[in-house]
Amino acid sequence: MRIPILKLKNYLLISVQVDLDDQTALQFQEDLLNKIHQEGSFGVVIDLTSVEMIDSFIAKVLGDVVEMSNLMGAKVVLTGIQPGVAITLIDMGIVLDEVPTALDLEQGLDKLQQELEA
Amino acid sequence: MSVQSNVEVHSEWGIVSARQAGRNLAKELGFGGVDQARFTTAISELARNIYLYAEQGEIIIETVENSRITGVQRGLKITARDRGPGIKSIREVMEDGYTTSGGLGAGLPGVKRLMDEFDIDSVTGEGTEITAIKWLR
Ligand SMILES: Nc1ncnc2c1ncn2[C@@H]1O[C@H](COP(=O)(O)OP(=O)(O)O)[C@@H](O)[C@H]1O
Ligand SMILES: [Mg+2]
Repeated sequence: MRIPILKLKNYLLISVQVDLDDQTALQFQEDLLNKIHQEGSFGVVIDLTSVEMIDSFIAKVLGDVVEMSNLMGAKVVLTGIQPGVAITLIDMGIVLDEVPTALDLEQGLDKLQQELEA
Repeated sequence: MSVQSNVEVHSEWGIVSARQAGRNLAKELGFGGVDQARFTTAISELARNIYLYAEQGEIIIETVENSRITGVQRGLKITARDRGPGIKSIREVMEDGYTTSGGLGAGLPGVKRLMDEFDIDSVTGEGTEITAIKWLR
């Protein structure tokens, strides 16, 4: 299973529509970094509206992909994190350190624009 | 009547099957969305630990009941069982951030906080059995 990555001007948009299994998550990490490199993207929005569960493994993969993207010069915003997912992450003591978040894709794009203009 | 689901875990797909089975049972029993997420995440952590540290084992999910003055309380119990290397120091693995695999070390302490009851029984060289219960509110 591969998660589609869409290009919109200098941005990449990803809407995760499946419950992430390990292979899919790791494949996505690699695909996204390659795409950022190919397209010279400035920003990435990863929408998690359809994701019903994030365990510590998936959280680590997501945190790593944000950090790696930052290293490559692309800012990442996570959007649409469900209440149950947010609460579970906090219960488990997992902090996605300094990862910008927004309610939905549209606000995510706004946030990226603000961050890039600042 | 008790409902039960057994999932063999010997590959990554066992992790996915176990959490799907968990989510279905949690929905069926009437857990709210947040508790469904908590329960499914706990299963995912325990199943991944079996796969990572013991290579194979099983996850059993079953309904449990508790008679109280206020009536019968229902819940779901997870049993994660393997014949892997066992855990030497339970105190150590229950510390936030303790990991032997470069993970986040958030799994076991996380499961304890996500669930209402939690117990580890492990013998070095023989295996590990972890049980955890989430009560329906
Ligand atoms: N079923 C098991 N058998 C043997 N050791 C285990 C088992 N589950 C967990 N452990 C040990 O406990 C540690 C902590 O587990 P956990 O809290 O899930 O964090 P992580 O998996 O990120 O390391 C593991 O690194 C491992 O050494
Ligand atoms: Mg673990």
